[in-house]
Amino acid sequence: MSRRRVLVAMSGGVDSSVAAAMLCEQGYDVVGVAMRLAPDAPAPSTKRRGTCCSHDDFEDARRVSERMGFPFYVVDLRTDFGARVIGNFVSEYLAGRTPNPCVMCNREIKFDRLWSRARALAADFVATGHYARVSRDESGRYHLLRAVDASKDQSYFLFTLGQTELSRTLFPLGAMTKTEVRARARVLGLANADKAESQEICFVPDGDYARLVERMAPDDAIRTGHIIDAEGKILADHAGIHRFTVGQRRGLGIAASEPRYVREIRRDSGDVVVGSRTELNSRGLIARDVDFVDPASHESAFDAEVKIRYRHPALPARLTLASSRTAEVRFVSDGPAVTPGQACVFYRGDEVLGGGFIERALRE
Amino acid sequence: MSTYLDHNAGSPLRPEAKGAIARFADDAGGNPSSVHRAGQSARRMLEEARARVAALIGADARQIIFTSGGTEANNLAIFGATRALASRRKVISSSIEHSSILKPLDALENVIRSSPDREGRLSPDEIAASIDTDTALVTLALANSEVGTIQEIGTIAEAAARDGAMFHLDAAQAVGRIPINVAELRCDLMTMSGHKLGAPAGIGALFVADPSMLTPMMRGGPQEGGLRAGTPNLLGAIAFGAAAAAVREHFHDEALRLSMLANELLAELLDAIPGLRLNGPIRDRLPNTMNLTFPKVLGESMLIALDLEGIHVSMGSACAAGAVEPSHVLLAMGLTHDEARSSLRLSLGWNTTRNDIARAANLIPRIWRRVSEAEPSPSPSRSHMENLR
Repeated sequence: MSRRRVLVAMSGGVDSSVAAAMLCEQGYDVVGVAMRLAPDAPAPSTKRRGTCCSHDDFEDARRVSERMGFPFYVVDLRTDFGARVIGNFVSEYLAGRTPNPCVMCNREIKFDRLWSRARALAADFVATGHYARVSRDESGRYHLLRAVDASKDQSYFLFTLGQTELSRTLFPLGAMTKTEVRARARVLGLANADKAESQEICFVPDGDYARLVERMAPDDAIRTGHIIDAEGKILADHAGIHRFTVGQRRGLGIAASEPRYVREIRRDSGDVVVGSRTELNSRGLIARDVDFVDPASHESAFDAEVKIRYRHPALPARLTLASSRTAEVRFVSDGPAVTPGQACVFYRGDEVLGGGFIERALRE
Repeated sequence: MSTYLDHNAGSPLRPEAKGAIARFADDAGGNPSSVHRAGQSARRMLEEARARVAALIGADARQIIFTSGGTEANNLAIFGATRALASRRKVISSSIEHSSILKPLDALENVIRSSPDREGRLSPDEIAASIDTDTALVTLALANSEVGTIQEIGTIAEAAARDGAMFHLDAAQAVGRIPINVAELRCDLMTMSGHKLGAPAGIGALFVADPSMLTPMMRGGPQEGGLRAGTPNLLGAIAFGAAAAAVREHFHDEALRLSMLANELLAELLDAIPGLRLNGPIRDRLPNTMNLTFPKVLGESMLIALDLEGIHVSMGSACAAGAVEPSHVLLAMGLTHDEARSSLRLSLGWNTTRNDIARAANLIPRIWRRVSEAEPSPSPSRSHMENLR
C-alpha cells in the first residue's frame, strides 16, 4: 500500500518542525513547505528572529527536512496572502475594527489555498504545528478540540474549519505540551529545539501596523476625527480611527484624572469614544460570519462558553442565532471590553462548536 | 526512478570526467607551477586539459584561461576588457543575460541593454548600429540559457571589429550543444562552463583571442598567463578536459540524438496539453532546451509536483530563500507576469534516454491535468480591499 502523503506547513519554528518529524516517523510521505507570505521578504542578511517568513527560518525548516530525509520546498503565496489576509487586515482597521490576521490566514491560506496546493501535489492531508486536536466519532463526524496543553491551545484560531477541512487536516502536536515538544525536538536532534516563540504579526515585523494600514489604504479611506467622551465632549483630535482598538488605554493623547479607555470606534463620524474602565463592560455581542464546525450539531439557541480574545478565559454565555451566519451572544454575567473584528469562539468544554467575528458590543 | 531534465542548470558528471577524476586521485599530487617532476607532471596534465578544451571551440590552447566557472569568466571578460579599454565609455549588452553578466554590468556606467523580440531574438542591426569607437565591450550570450534562442551575431562581430570594441560571447550554454568555432564567430572573448558539459562545478574557462588585450582581475602569481592568479583547479581542469574531449568525439551523433528526443517530447506535449506554448523560436534554438508555458497552472506547482514524481525541471531562478521567481528573460520577451509564472524549462543532456522521454511525455500531461484541476491559476482573486464600506 502506498503511504499517505501529507503537506506540512513549516515555519522553521520548533512546533511545525516537530510536527513534520513526527509524521515522518509515523510513516507518512511527508512533503515540507515553507510559505512565502509577506510581500517584501527581508534581505537574507538581516538577522530577524521570531516571525514566520524570514530566510533564516526557511533555512531552519530546510535543515529539519534534510535531517529527516523528506523533500522541502519554499512556496510563494504572497499574492493570495496579500489579497486575502493583508487586504482584510487593512480594510478591517479602516472600518474601525481590530482584525485577527491569524484566523484569516488559517481560513484563507493554510486550510484553503494550501489545500489546493496539496491536492495539486497529490497529498491526502495538510498538517500544521498548531496546538489543537481533531477527533472523529463513530458516526463519522469530526470534532475540533482544545489542545491538551491549555497554555498553548490554539483552537481559537481554527474555528472556521468545517467538516471538510478537518477530514483532511492533521495536528500532530495536539496531545503534547510545549515542554514535550521541545524535548522531542532535542531527541530528534533538531537545532531549533530552544528557539523563541514567534509573537508579532508576521507581515508587521516592526509592530507598526498603523503605518502599514496608511501605506496600503486608498487615499480617501483614512478616517480622522475626534476623541470624545460618552457625553459627546471633544477631548482631542486624532489622525485616524485605524490607530485605535477598543479597550486601548495608552497613546490616546488626552489628560484625565482617571484612566481613559477606548470604548467605541464610530467609523461613520470618525469619533473615538473613551470612557472609564467600568464603562467598557458589556453584556454581550453580535457576531457575524458565524461558522460551525459541525453545522448539524446545534440548536438555534444554546449555552456555551465564549472566548472573545485569544488570551482571555472563556465566559459562560447564551447564544441565539439571528440568521444562519449571525449570532447574538449574551454573557451570563457582565463581560469585559468587546473588541469588534476579533474572533468570538464558542466552546463546550474542550470542544470548539464554532465562532464568528465580533460586529459590535451589546451594552444593554 | 528519476528523470533529469535540467542540464542547462548543470549536467551530471560524465563517465569520462569521472574516469579522469579517479585517475587523478590515484596520482601523486603536484603544483603545476613547481619546478620538480611532480610539478612537471601536474603541468603536463593541466596543459593537456587546456588543449582539449581549446579544441572544442577551435581555439589555440594559449587562448584558454581556466577560471572557477562561467561566472568568473564573465566577470573577467567584463571587467578585464573595460579596464583594458578604459578610454572607451560604452558597453553594449542585453536585458536577457545571465545574472553573472547583468550584475557586473550594474557596476558600470553607460551600459546599453538591448531588448529581445517575442522569441528572445536580439536585433543584430540595432546592436551593430549602437557600436561605435567609444564602445569598449559588447557582451552577449550566444544562446540564451532559459529559452535557448541562438543569436545571430555576424553583423555584431563585424561592427565590433570595425570600431575596435571587444566582443564577448557567453557560450556557457552553447558550447557542446551547437558547433562552435571562435574563428568563425569572430569573438574576442568567450565564456565556457565545465558543469554544463558534464564536468564538475567549480571549473570554467575564458577564451581570450589576444591575451595581451585583457587586464587581469585576480592578481598574484603568474598562473594562466598572468590573467588569473592562483594555483589552478587541476582536478576540475582535468575533468573539464575529459568532458570536452568526450563532447567533441560524439558531437554529431549526440546532437542528432538529443534534438530528435527533444522534438519528440515537444510534439507529444503539444499534442497532449491544449494551449501549451513553446517560448523561443522553433529553429535557431538550442536543440536540448525547451521553455514551455503551461496553461492554467503555476509553474511552481508543476515543478514541485513533477519533482515528487521524479522529473527534475526548472523555472526562472531561485531567490535566496529558495522560492522560484518568474524568469526575467520571459518577462523581457513580453510574456505577462502570469505567463512567466506558468513557464518551465526542460533541458536534455548526455544522460537523457529514450525511456526518460517516454516517461516525461507520459507523466507531464497527467500531472498538468491534476495541477490545473486542483489549483487553477491565475486563481480567482478574492480581494477584501473591495469590501471597504
